[in-house]
Amino acid sequence: MSDPILTLKGVKTDIAQYHILHGIDLEVPRGGVTMLLGRNGAGKTSTMRTIMGLWTPRAGEITLDGTRIDGLTPSQIARKGIGFVPEDMGIFSDLTVEENLHLAALAGRPSPERMDWVFGAFPALKTFLHSTAGNLSGGQKQMLSIARAVVEDRALYLIDEPSKGLAPAIVATLARALKDLKARGASILMVEQNFSLARALGDTAAVMDDGKIIWTGTMAELSSDAALMERLMGLKMETT
Amino acid sequence: MNRILSGDGPKSWILAVVLLIILISLAFAPFLFPGSRSLETAARICVFIVLVASYDLLLGYGGIVSFAHTMFFGMGAYGVAIAMDRMGTSYSALALGILAGAVAAGLLALLTALLSLRVRAIFFAMITLAVASAFAVLVSQLSGFTGGEDGMNIRIPRELTPAFRPLDERVLGQRISGKLINYYVVFFGCLILFLLMLRIVNSPFGRVLLAIRENAFRAEAIGYRVVYYRAMATCLSAVIAALAGSIFAIWLRYVGPSTTLGMEIMLDILLIVVIGGMGTMYGAVVGTAIFVLAQNYLKSLMGGMSEATSALPLVPDLLSPDRWLLWLGVLFILSVYFFPTGIVGRLRGTR
Amino acid sequence: MSPAPQQAPQNAPQHAPTITHLPLSERLKPWLPVLLVPVLIVAGYFAIPQTSSWLTLTVSGLAMGMMIFVIASGMTLVFGLMDVINFGHGAFISFGAFVGTTVLLMLSSMTGAPSLFLNLLAISAAVLAAMVVTGAIGWGFERAIVRPVYGSHLKQILVTMGGLIVAEQMIYVLWGGQEIVILRPETLKGAITFAGATLEKYRLLAVAVGLVLFLAMRAVLRRTKLGLIVRAGVDNPEMVQALGYNITRVFVGVFIAGSALAGLGGVMWALYQEVITAHMGNEIMILVFVVVIIGGLGSVEGCFIGALTVGLMQNYIAFLEPKLALVSNIALMVAILMWRPMGMVPVVKAKG
Repeated sequence: MSDPILTLKGVKTDIAQYHILHGIDLEVPRGGVTMLLGRNGAGKTSTMRTIMGLWTPRAGEITLDGTRIDGLTPSQIARKGIGFVPEDMGIFSDLTVEENLHLAALAGRPSPERMDWVFGAFPALKTFLHSTAGNLSGGQKQMLSIARAVVEDRALYLIDEPSKGLAPAIVATLARALKDLKARGASILMVEQNFSLARALGDTAAVMDDGKIIWTGTMAELSSDAALMERLMGLKMETT
Repeated sequence: MNRILSGDGPKSWILAVVLLIILISLAFAPFLFPGSRSLETAARICVFIVLVASYDLLLGYGGIVSFAHTMFFGMGAYGVAIAMDRMGTSYSALALGILAGAVAAGLLALLTALLSLRVRAIFFAMITLAVASAFAVLVSQLSGFTGGEDGMNIRIPRELTPAFRPLDERVLGQRISGKLINYYVVFFGCLILFLLMLRIVNSPFGRVLLAIRENAFRAEAIGYRVVYYRAMATCLSAVIAALAGSIFAIWLRYVGPSTTLGMEIMLDILLIVVIGGMGTMYGAVVGTAIFVLAQNYLKSLMGGMSEATSALPLVPDLLSPDRWLLWLGVLFILSVYFFPTGIVGRLRGTR
Repeated sequence: MSPAPQQAPQNAPQHAPTITHLPLSERLKPWLPVLLVPVLIVAGYFAIPQTSSWLTLTVSGLAMGMMIFVIASGMTLVFGLMDVINFGHGAFISFGAFVGTTVLLMLSSMTGAPSLFLNLLAISAAVLAAMVVTGAIGWGFERAIVRPVYGSHLKQILVTMGGLIVAEQMIYVLWGGQEIVILRPETLKGAITFAGATLEKYRLLAVAVGLVLFLAMRAVLRRTKLGLIVRAGVDNPEMVQALGYNITRVFVGVFIAGSALAGLGGVMWALYQEVITAHMGNEIMILVFVVVIIGGLGSVEGCFIGALTVGLMQNYIAFLEPKLALVSNIALMVAILMWRPMGMVPVVKAKG
């Protein structure tokens, strides 16, 4: 890609004495969805957390939109323009839905147009706007987590396994919202285990194994080559 | 030798020499350092080694901070005092008092542990602090039973008092008296308790405790019931502290809130364990010896320095012998940061 | 291929909302702790023979509770935010009391004058000085003592205890070891009579100050962005950072504010007891620990309820059976821990 929004070069991360990432090289193109795939424990979430600064890389460079962001604190990185949806959703359960959204808006309050879009995509959030977020269902929490990341425009969205543990109907709602986000020209790096969702949303893909990127290409290339997929991810595609 | 030390030797020749010096000094204290004041100091060192080591069992091996250790110490001491007061002077009253103190301490420790450790380990520190203060207040208020602030004098069996003279001739220039016998009761009592603790921390039980201290979550996952082990450590530590308290009461022939229950003693114990070396047992020995000696000699040094600097503002106040706890506190903080395994850890060359 | 399109309904998810249909008992549950204070006051009414004594004790219990709340609130928030347990909090109480008392003694012409305005002005000056000093000490304490031991409770307890020892010794160095007597300003001496009960003016003032502070703190926590950040931080500090807020800075701010509040509590306590000692902080801390444990570590509301409960209990029992005052609070703590192991208003942390 010519002008990627995010570049990782030789990123290595340790947690305590364990080496988790062994030198990640990755480019996330501007506009569109890049899928980060791989089996459990391959290092996908670790990569996301390292980009976000929640874990500090031991070596390597991370560049967002031309600026080095490795070594910055998570709050500084967030302010460089990354919206983050963590694997565990990171909902503030003692706050109301509205308070969760307000907190996500760095400019003060989210703009009314943006809120309309969010409520259009996730009507449940409007219904429960003044309820305590801890009482939401799992799917609603995931909606809130995504809504929080998109209340303002960000240069890049990191979305870690949004479909995890959710019913198909809710996954569909999320998928529609993410497609809409993509249609607005957003750049997204997303971890997803649900391959149908990954295929539906992804433009490019990177496959990880054992703390390294082992394959990059377009999503179409990957999903059309069953042998490649099995080799990369141990994934046998059923004919769904 | 290795068996007596439960296979956990000093592992450093400097430490071995220091320990040997301390052991010989204490074993022959009445002959090496004649005079009642140095015998008092020696007995105090013996008792505090056990008291501090029993705290190390909890803090250094269990990874739990308690502020109720002096309460258990006091329970042992008051157990003896109250039993002798109610039942009259006899060895059976003495035995019953020791037993009652130890059992009471063990039960209260178990109760506190189950109540707080079940929830969060840090609750233990706060709850023990509150319980120990309440206990101290209660002891000073129930004066009919405990002698209140004045404490109680204990009439111990005659064979242990200075008035008892079994021999007419001197041994090694020393007159053999009940006081001397009493000292050796203290010395051997403490030695046995210390070796017992060394045995405990090197048993499988001790290893599990260490594993829990390193990573409670992992120990639980492997299948050890963390709360059970921690509660047991609390109980053991309390019982041994109570026994040390009983020994101390017999030696002093007196018990009062300030000799056993004071918060100052609690802080002393904490300072000694950390500076001596947490989780080493020998840290208690080295730490206590240094602490008690420093208390005696450092203070006079500080007094001298304070006078020498009397022309300066504030400095003499900082160096006043009464402020030695200030410097000990600073040393303590630095020790936690930079030498978490204390003097013994340093000598052993571990981090 | 993709399962989504065929199965999905066209618009909103159809799973039924559940949170509007909680049974009454479930909705009442969170409010049970709030009932504790009125229940205790009513129990006191029946246990204490004379209504006038009961009224006097209730006011003094509430005053004491408010002061403990002012002191404990900072500690509980510091724990909630960064999982930091500060055993040295008591040092701020003592320092506040000594600084405040020193200022009040210097302003004796103002405190001695029979003018409410001058008296309050002197108290304000003392409070301001105490809060500035304890806030500054808190800042240093966080930097030097607490910052290096984040993440390890064991080391936190040890190091903050060491800090407490050093701070207490510094009071001896700076003010000497004697206790200092400090009389209340002229217009705050004495009592008013209400319904046959004598109510000390100062205690009424302490109740008012505590209540105002609680309401102000609640307003900040509920209505401002800073409050949102603090509440969210208690819940999940990592996510607060990932949203772009420097949680460390917020934490340092809360630590300083908490220390300053402890200093304020120290001044209030000094004027309540009219005598101060270097170790007064430690004595109060015992009640503070009981309060934060029964309230639920990290919860300001729980802290408030806990503080009032402890204050009332202490005063009622001291009247009925003086020897059992402190023990009764320990018993209360044990009872509440058996009822709710995480305290009355448990704080759910996202991690750990």
